[in-house]
Amino acid sequence: MRFLSSGDTALIVEFADTIDRAASARIVRLAAVIEAARLPGVIEVVPTIRSLMVVYDPTRTRRGELESKIGALESAPDAAGTPVRRWTIPVSYAEEDAPDLADVAAETRLSRDEAIARHAGVTYHVYMLGFLPGFAYMGDLDAALRLPRRRNPRTRVPAGSIAIAQQLTAIYPAESPGGWHLIGRTPVRFFDPGATPPALLAPGDQVRFAPISNAEYRKIAGAVAAGSLRLSYEAIG
Amino acid sequence: MACLKVERAGLFTTVQDLGRPGYQRYGVPVGGALDGDSLRVANALVGNAADAAALELRIVGPRLRVEAESAVVALVGASAELLGDGAIRATLPPNRSVRLQRGDRIDIAALRDGATAYLAVAGGVAVAPLLGSRSTSVLGGFGGIDGRKLADGDEVPLANDTAPAIPSRGMRQAPFGRKSVLRVVLGPQDGMFTADGVATFLGSTYRVTHEADRMGIRLEGPDIAHESGYNIISDGIASGAIQVPGSRQPIILLADRQTTGGYPKIATVISADIASCGRLRPGDQVRFAAVSIEEAENAARAHARFMRELVAKIGAGEEPSLDLEALYSQNLISGVVGDVDA
Repeated sequence: MRFLSSGDTALIVEFADTIDRAASARIVRLAAVIEAARLPGVIEVVPTIRSLMVVYDPTRTRRGELESKIGALESAPDAAGTPVRRWTIPVSYAEEDAPDLADVAAETRLSRDEAIARHAGVTYHVYMLGFLPGFAYMGDLDAALRLPRRRNPRTRVPAGSIAIAQQLTAIYPAESPGGWHLIGRTPVRFFDPGATPPALLAPGDQVRFAPISNAEYRKIAGAVAAGSLRLSYEAIG
Repeated sequence: MACLKVERAGLFTTVQDLGRPGYQRYGVPVGGALDGDSLRVANALVGNAADAAALELRIVGPRLRVEAESAVVALVGASAELLGDGAIRATLPPNRSVRLQRGDRIDIAALRDGATAYLAVAGGVAVAPLLGSRSTSVLGGFGGIDGRKLADGDEVPLANDTAPAIPSRGMRQAPFGRKSVLRVVLGPQDGMFTADGVATFLGSTYRVTHEADRMGIRLEGPDIAHESGYNIISDGIASGAIQVPGSRQPIILLADRQTTGGYPKIATVISADIASCGRLRPGDQVRFAAVSIEEAENAARAHARFMRELVAKIGAGEEPSLDLEALYSQNLISGVVGDVDA
């Protein structure tokens, strides 16, 4: 662990320079501990893949003071851990919902069904949210499915697209440009600025994908539009 | 409904307040005014709290018609014409509260000084807050008016149909200019650049390009050399972070920046100089001066004190002019002198 400054409003507590689940678990834990400690002058904490960004008001605290308080919190023995939330997300891998699945299968020399089985056969860890409100970076993808990003990014990726790139998978919560491979689509809504919290997923959550048909996709999409679908999670640990 | 009817939207007019911190962990940008100092002054001039929502104008302003019995407005960072029935009637005095009547129209054409200006209205712009703020998040598509910049024909809702009776408040001159030296703290990834790269960054003049918006300002100038590679595993992006992607040209990231990113950040503009960044316009030239974190924190405190006193003077009806002495002391940090705001 090392401390870095990004100006006078952000102290970066860095744990890794790779994508690493153990480091991520420490980052998520430290975020929760700092929140609970309600340190004066701390505005918010932002867990990312490699570090925790602690945003502070420099008129109320200083880096030196924060560094010693956070160092003490990090090394304090673990209190009873909060349970991890495990979500099961319905995903249609049907042709009309998965524009890049055939290419991914060809490039990875897997059959279409094998590629789906490998994507849906893993429990993912949410490393961070970023890029767009509610966009969760999850890992780790089955080694056989890892590909670089598309050479030609799309200007329009539809909301709900399930995407993969390198060792990560993600869900586009809203329509946006994007360069990842689109291998499925979910009708679930991942960001709602009127909800508390606004994003369905949070760093540290676990996510599994459950294959559904395109017909089921449309049925669930109808329920989402009518506001009658409320996805729940399993609390584990 | 009491509103300002948008007859012409301007280049990039949005509803902004001081932003929505607290949701970056969900990927929600902080947003809010690019130039928080001018927003504070505009709100003070019309008797609003510091965090009231106002219109932020960029480069070319809007033409608006008052559709309320009366409205008290203040324009900071631009000047405008007050229109009657088609003909120019008067100049709307800037940096001063002005009482308008139903049917009055204000036309804010090209901004002549900085790139950013604020039109505050007594009582504030009354859009519904989302996640603790009325700011427009264009990336998220929410906040302000439908999560987008204003369009012709929009109605900007006002809290009051009749303006509160408040004494006229003003400043004798424009409150702020643009600094040509921006103070930075090196890092968090200055180690990913060669020593020459860092020296180039600190020793050169960079020009603001036309790619300057609410997310950030792309600069052009001498190339900044990376040690090896320019991709990192993503981390958080603080306000004012200066990232240098493969183009080797620096980008200062501002209010609407994404919350995370994968390019190395050579330095970060200190919080006391962020509002000045928000006023930079294409063609402006800037240099960077490194300060220590303690100096940056001290500057933040001096700046907060300066703004508190300025707002208090406006509230007391003192019509302050710029206190050059205070600005000098604010900029004199260990011998590093930023250009005085003009």
